Amino acid sequence: MKDLIRKLVEAIGPSGYEQAVRELIKEEVAPYADEIRVDAMGNLIVRKGEKREGGLRIMTAAHMDEIGVIATHIEEDGFVRFTTIGGVRPHTCLGGRVQFVNGVRGVIGGEKLDSMERVHSFDRLYIDVGATSKEDCPVKVGDVAAFERPFLDLGKRLVAKSMDDRIACAVQIEALRRLQTTPHEVYFVFSTQEEVGTRGAATAAFGIDPELGLSVDVTLTGDTPKGMKMAVALGKGPAIKVRDSGMLADPRVVRWMVEMAEKAHIPYQLEVLEAGSTDARAIQLTRAGVISGCLSIPCRYIHSPSEMVDYDDVQNAVSLLVALLSQPVNLV
Amino acid sequence: METQNLPLDLLERLSNACAVSGDESEVRKIVLEAVQPLADEVRVDALGNVLAIKHAQSQPSLRVMLAAHMDEVGLMIVDEEEGGLYKFEIVGGIDPRQLPGKPVWVGKDHLPGVIGARPIHLTTPDERKSAIATESLRIDLGPEGSKKAKPGDRAVFATPFKSVGPSLMGKALDDRLGVATLIELLRQAPPHLEFQAAFTVQEEIGLRGARVAAYALNPDLAFVLDATPAHDLPTWDGSENTAYNTRLGRGPAIYVADGTTLSDPRLVRFLLRVADEHHLPYQIRQPGGGGTDAGAIHRQRTGIPSVSVSVPIRHAHSAVSIARIEDWANTLHLMTQALHALTPEILNMER
Repeated sequence: MKDLIRKLVEAIGPSGYEQAVRELIKEEVAPYADEIRVDAMGNLIVRKGEKREGGLRIMTAAHMDEIGVIATHIEEDGFVRFTTIGGVRPHTCLGGRVQFVNGVRGVIGGEKLDSMERVHSFDRLYIDVGATSKEDCPVKVGDVAAFERPFLDLGKRLVAKSMDDRIACAVQIEALRRLQTTPHEVYFVFSTQEEVGTRGAATAAFGIDPELGLSVDVTLTGDTPKGMKMAVALGKGPAIKVRDSGMLADPRVVRWMVEMAEKAHIPYQLEVLEAGSTDARAIQLTRAGVISGCLSIPCRYIHSPSEMVDYDDVQNAVSLLVALLSQPVNLV
Repeated sequence: METQNLPLDLLERLSNACAVSGDESEVRKIVLEAVQPLADEVRVDALGNVLAIKHAQSQPSLRVMLAAHMDEVGLMIVDEEEGGLYKFEIVGGIDPRQLPGKPVWVGKDHLPGVIGARPIHLTTPDERKSAIATESLRIDLGPEGSKKAKPGDRAVFATPFKSVGPSLMGKALDDRLGVATLIELLRQAPPHLEFQAAFTVQEEIGLRGARVAAYALNPDLAFVLDATPAHDLPTWDGSENTAYNTRLGRGPAIYVADGTTLSDPRLVRFLLRVADEHHLPYQIRQPGGGGTDAGAIHRQRTGIPSVSVSVPIRHAHSAVSIARIEDWANTLHLMTQALHALTPEILNMER
């Protein structure tokens, strides 16, 4: 699975510009899908199976987009001012490298620091693409970029700029491959524009009109030195979300996921996240409401250029997703 | 550049009309009068949006929604105290520092009033250092205005529209420029499109009208016509101004990203191509915060590819905004050419 992960995480796909990721995934899923379509928002919707006795119409969503930056002004001497797409923070920027969707690369520099204690706000940072003037700058206002950082395989731990949420894209692709039979009509959605407000999942869910919705996304951990307090750690299994700041998972979905994990002897953790949310929030609030939950992959350093996951957690997430989708769903 | 065909009289009527969010009836009346002879179907929906449809003359056609908001930011009367003094609240985004000393029109009859402030004679230097709290301000209609206004009545800055040389000045260019443009586009609607004009309500308080309009119209794609701030002034220290949003005289402002929408890249590329082909000036609105009706429209149903085009205006959401006539003309020109060139093929293009 590591080759697949490497391909996915190294692709450039900031919110709204997921084309490269979509093309990659399309190729990977084509041999296993019963139907593939791309909707108006660019969501890649991959169906597997048809609804049979005891089956449901199920949507699972992993988002293709990653956080990034967008050019706001080209200075006379060729420096590119920018603003953010999604939850980028200034302290992860300085000295970082970005790649524009059009292929141009650059480094992030900053105006002279007034104090080593204080990080610049975005209006005092810029991208240097090696241009000497506005005229020879290969970037225009409105051009979009993502952070550039090669995939790092530490054996058990994997690091990339875009584990959020390409690792879940990998999990969904792998689950689709391993899903031999299902009583359900399963829609694996590779969604767009999650990082700017779960916009793609909302329209995808409207179109699919699922009876059950799951998102697959990363979640924070509480296992680093003097980090935040949170009862989720790398390597202890995928996390079954109970709540985050945008969604209360349906308790029946939580019980169903827990029981399945125990039955299949897959390690798991329960997740209560105090910040952030996922595509499940958008799915849950679609039309007349959708029974929803979320399968999370614990991840350190989220929204930095070095997001870290545990490979066992990833594989266990695949196993749990396959188990959940292979059998009739019993919600009690 | 042709400016002689611009509907200046219509814009003047629209800009002088009062239509603070939630009470757009005065502008709606002008819009209905203008669009009834132009459209095949005209209706007012439950929230007060005017939806005017001009059917396509050929098949297959593309359902194209064009939206411009009728409402403007303003004030709302909440209580009368005595002798024509009224408490009020702000509706939409107005900087409270803009309020003191401004003349206003109140209610459907445009009663003249003023937002009073203690004169300089009676204030201390310390008091003058801080902004006056909105709670302490009153609208003064004078004794003859006593009992004339009711809680819920809206008020706007009393700024008559003016056309001055290359400039337009008015209180509600945001978004009567868009409304006037949309009426003109409807007049010239190309026969190959299903033309869905939406004159929306309640944009300034959260894109509320556009949301239900887009749900009802269910278009294949949408263009939003709005006005956006131009903060294109020199900086105080002479350094390069890097945060101006847009600049007057540089043409229509095309959106790539704002706080509510990532424009469909196919529509952005299409507009740039049309502008280049017709040698029209344009600018990319600086990506950043803020939003237009596109923020609500693109998220409806299964998603609606959307893009916004704004006329840049200085001093937006104040008593008077300033636009350049040529920017308006070029916006109208760009949109006219774009609609003529638009085909269903655009949705099969790569993003």
